[in-house]
Amino acid sequence: MTRFLYFNEMKDIKQIIQDIASDALIEEKQKLTVTVEPKQARPLIEGLRNNKELPFDYLISLIGMDWGEKLGVIYQLSSSIDLTHEVVIITATTDRENPLLYSVSDLYETAHLNEREVYALFGIRFINNPDMRRFLLDDDWKGFPFRKDYDENPDLNPVNVISKEIVDIAPQIIETADGNLVEREVPIFGENDYIINIGPQHPSTHGVMHFRTSLDGEIVKKIDVHSGYIHRGIEKLCESMTYPQILHFTDRLDYLSANINRHGLCMCIEKAGEIEVPQRAEYIRTIMDELQRVSSHLLAWACQCNDLGATTAFVYGMREREHVLDIFDKTCGGRLIINQNVVGGVMFDIYKDFQKDVKAFIPYMRQRLVEYDEFFSHNAIALGRMVNIGHLTKEQAISYGVTGPAGRASGWSCDVRKYKPYSLYDKVEFKEIIRTEGDSYARYLNRLDEIEQSLRIIEQLIDNIPEGDICGKVKAVLRLPEGQFFQSVETGKGEFGVFIESHGDKSPYRVKLRSPSLSAVSVMPLTARGALLSDLIGIAGSLDFVIPDIDR
Amino acid sequence: MEERSIEMDVKDVKIKALPAEDFKDNETLQKYIDELKEQGVNIIVGKLDQLINWGRSNSLWPLAFATSCCGVEFMAAAAAHYDLARFGMEVTRNSPRQADVMIVAGTIVNKMSPLLRRVYDQMAEPKYVVAMGSCAISGGPFVHSYNVVKGVDKLVPVDVYIPGCPPRPESLFYGLLQLQRKVKVERFFGNKRIRRNYRPETLIDPKTGIQIDPQIDFVKK
Repeated sequence: MTRFLYFNEMKDIKQIIQDIASDALIEEKQKLTVTVEPKQARPLIEGLRNNKELPFDYLISLIGMDWGEKLGVIYQLSSSIDLTHEVVIITATTDRENPLLYSVSDLYETAHLNEREVYALFGIRFINNPDMRRFLLDDDWKGFPFRKDYDENPDLNPVNVISKEIVDIAPQIIETADGNLVEREVPIFGENDYIINIGPQHPSTHGVMHFRTSLDGEIVKKIDVHSGYIHRGIEKLCESMTYPQILHFTDRLDYLSANINRHGLCMCIEKAGEIEVPQRAEYIRTIMDELQRVSSHLLAWACQCNDLGATTAFVYGMREREHVLDIFDKTCGGRLIINQNVVGGVMFDIYKDFQKDVKAFIPYMRQRLVEYDEFFSHNAIALGRMVNIGHLTKEQAISYGVTGPAGRASGWSCDVRKYKPYSLYDKVEFKEIIRTEGDSYARYLNRLDEIEQSLRIIEQLIDNIPEGDICGKVKAVLRLPEGQFFQSVETGKGEFGVFIESHGDKSPYRVKLRSPSLSAVSVMPLTARGALLSDLIGIAGSLDFVIPDIDR
Repeated sequence: MEERSIEMDVKDVKIKALPAEDFKDNETLQKYIDELKEQGVNIIVGKLDQLINWGRSNSLWPLAFATSCCGVEFMAAAAAHYDLARFGMEVTRNSPRQADVMIVAGTIVNKMSPLLRRVYDQMAEPKYVVAMGSCAISGGPFVHSYNVVKGVDKLVPVDVYIPGCPPRPESLFYGLLQLQRKVKVERFFGNKRIRRNYRPETLIDPKTGIQIDPQIDFVKK
C-alpha cells in the first residue's frame, strides 16, 4: 500500500515544496534534497511539518556544516507515519562572523539540543531557540572546533583541574513582532529553587551525565541536562582519516551496540562506493547484529533492575550476556568491541562450532526469559516503580525523536529494520513489538520481548549461512564519489544514522552520527517532571541511554 | 613497635592469587622499591605493617570512575562470571571518601578533568589510581582530538596502567594484582610512599588565568 502511493506522494511533496519556496533547488539524489535560502528554510520545514496527508514530523538529524565560505545546516526529515519518506533540506549562510539561522525547536523538540550542539561546534546561533548555551563544550571554549579553520592549538583551551562555576543563565536571540532581533538572558531556575547535581560522576546515570535537578521536597520540578563530559570530537577526527580508519570510532559510541553501529557506517560507505557485499557476509553481519542486540538489551535490563534495587537481577543479566560475549570472543577475539565489520564484508569468518554454540544459546536464553518474567517482571515493588511512571506519549516520542524500544513503548512504529530494511531483514520474519502505555514498564517489557524476536531472527538464519567469500573486493585506497550519503540502522537504543559528505577524497569531508541516546536523554526533563527523585533513576534506566553515544 | 622486621624484595612480595615469578612484569615493582629506598623510605616492613598490608591489599575498595566502554568491562568483571569478589574488591564505592583505589575506566576530556581531580582529592590517603584502557593511559584512539586529555596521569598520579581497548576482565585482574603487590611493599604507618603533586600547568584559575599554588591556596580554603 505504502509502496504504491510512493510515487504519487513524492510528486505531491515536490509540489508542496515549490508552493512554499518557489526558487528552491530540488534534486533527486540518494534522498530528495532541497536547497533553499536561509529565510525560506523555516517556512518550508513548517509547511512540511504541517502537511496533512504526510506530515514530516520526525526530525531524524540536524547536521551542522562548514562548506568553507558558507556555514549551514542540513535537516533530515521523515514522517512518523511511514519512515520510508525522507526529505533533506539544506540551507546555508555566508556570514561567518555572526551566523544566524531560524530555529525549528518549536516544531521539533529534538532540535533543541541539536541546535545547541551546532552552536558549540560550528558557532551558528539559532533565532528563537529559548536556550542558546553551548551543548557538549564549556561556555568559555575558544573557537568552534568543527569549523575547518579551527585553531587546534592546545594552549587556547588548556586542560585545567580547577572547577568552573556553573551559570544557570540561558542567552536567547528573539525576533520581535516587528522583525527586530533582541538578545537577552533568561535564568533557567527560579530564584528560590533548591537545586541538586546528579552526576557527572554518579553510578546511576549510566555514565557521565549531569542532571541539574530542581526539587520541591522529593518531587522533581525541573531538570537541566548538561553533557559533554566525554565529548571526544569523533566526527572531527573522522575528517582527517581514511574510510577504513574511521570504522572503529563507531564502536566506541554506543559500545553496547558496537557491531550494529559499525554495520551502519560500513553500509553507508558501501552504498556510496558501490561495493558489493557477499551473501555470506550479510548472514554473518545480521546474526552478529542480533546477538549484539540481545546482549545490549540484557545489559539494559540488568542495569534497569539494578537501578530499582535488584542487584540479583543485575548479576543474572550479566551472566546471560557472557554467553553472547563468549561467542563473539571465539569469532573475533573481542568481547565488547569485536571489530567484525569492515568495508565490503566482515573481517573474521565464523568458527567451526559457531552454529552449534548459537543454537545452544537460543533455548537457554528462552528459558532465562521465562525466569526473568517469573522473578522480576511481576514483582510488586518493581511494578510500583515502573507502572505509570515516566510517561511519554506518542506525540512527544515523535517530536523528541525517541526511537527504539522506548519509542515503540509509546505506540510509535519506528523500527528501521521494518521500514528501511537492510542486510537480510527483508527476508526474515519478526514482529515489531509495540506497546501504547508509554511508561517505564512498557519500555522494560519491550526489551525483553525484543530479545525473543532477535532469537527468532537468528533461528531463521543460522542454518542457511551460504558458503563463499566473507569480504568483497575493495580498493586499497578507497575514495567515495562526491555527494551526501545517508544510512540508518536499528541499534539496541533506536535509530542510529550515519551521514557522510564526500568531496571525492580518501577521507570524508564531514561525518555526522545520529545518536539515539541523545533523544532519549532529551526527554528526561519531560518524563521525570513531577516524579519522585528516586524514580528519576528508574526512568533513566528505562530509557537506556549511553553517554558516549550522546557526546560523540 | 615490632622489632623483628624483614627487608623487602620483589620475590618476598607475596599475594595469594599469583606467585611472583608468574607476573610478566616484576621490573616495575622492583624499580618502585628501589625508588622508595632512594628516597630514604626504609623498605623494612614490620610485622604489624605486614598484617595491615595483608588486610589492605585484600580489601581494596574501588571507585569506578567509569566514563565509557571500559566501565562496562569493569561491570562484567564485577559480575558473577569473573567475580571481582575473589580479590576482595567487589565493594565498589560510589563515594570517594570510602574508596581506596580509583579505577579510571574511559576517556577523560577537558570538561571532565576538574571533576576527576576533585574526586581524587576527596579520597582519603593511602589512595591509588588505576588507569584502565588506552584512553586513560594516553588518550588512546582519540589522542588527536581537541578535547581529550592525553593520559589521566596528566591530572592524577597513576599507580597501574592496564592496556587494552577495552581491557578484558582478566587484564583488569592482572593490573589489580599488581596493585596488591604495590600495596604490600609500602609502610602504612607514617604513609611511607611516594606522593606526587599537582602538575603546575593544570593549576590555573579559570577567572584570572593566574597560576595557583596548591600548598597555599588549597590549604587555606
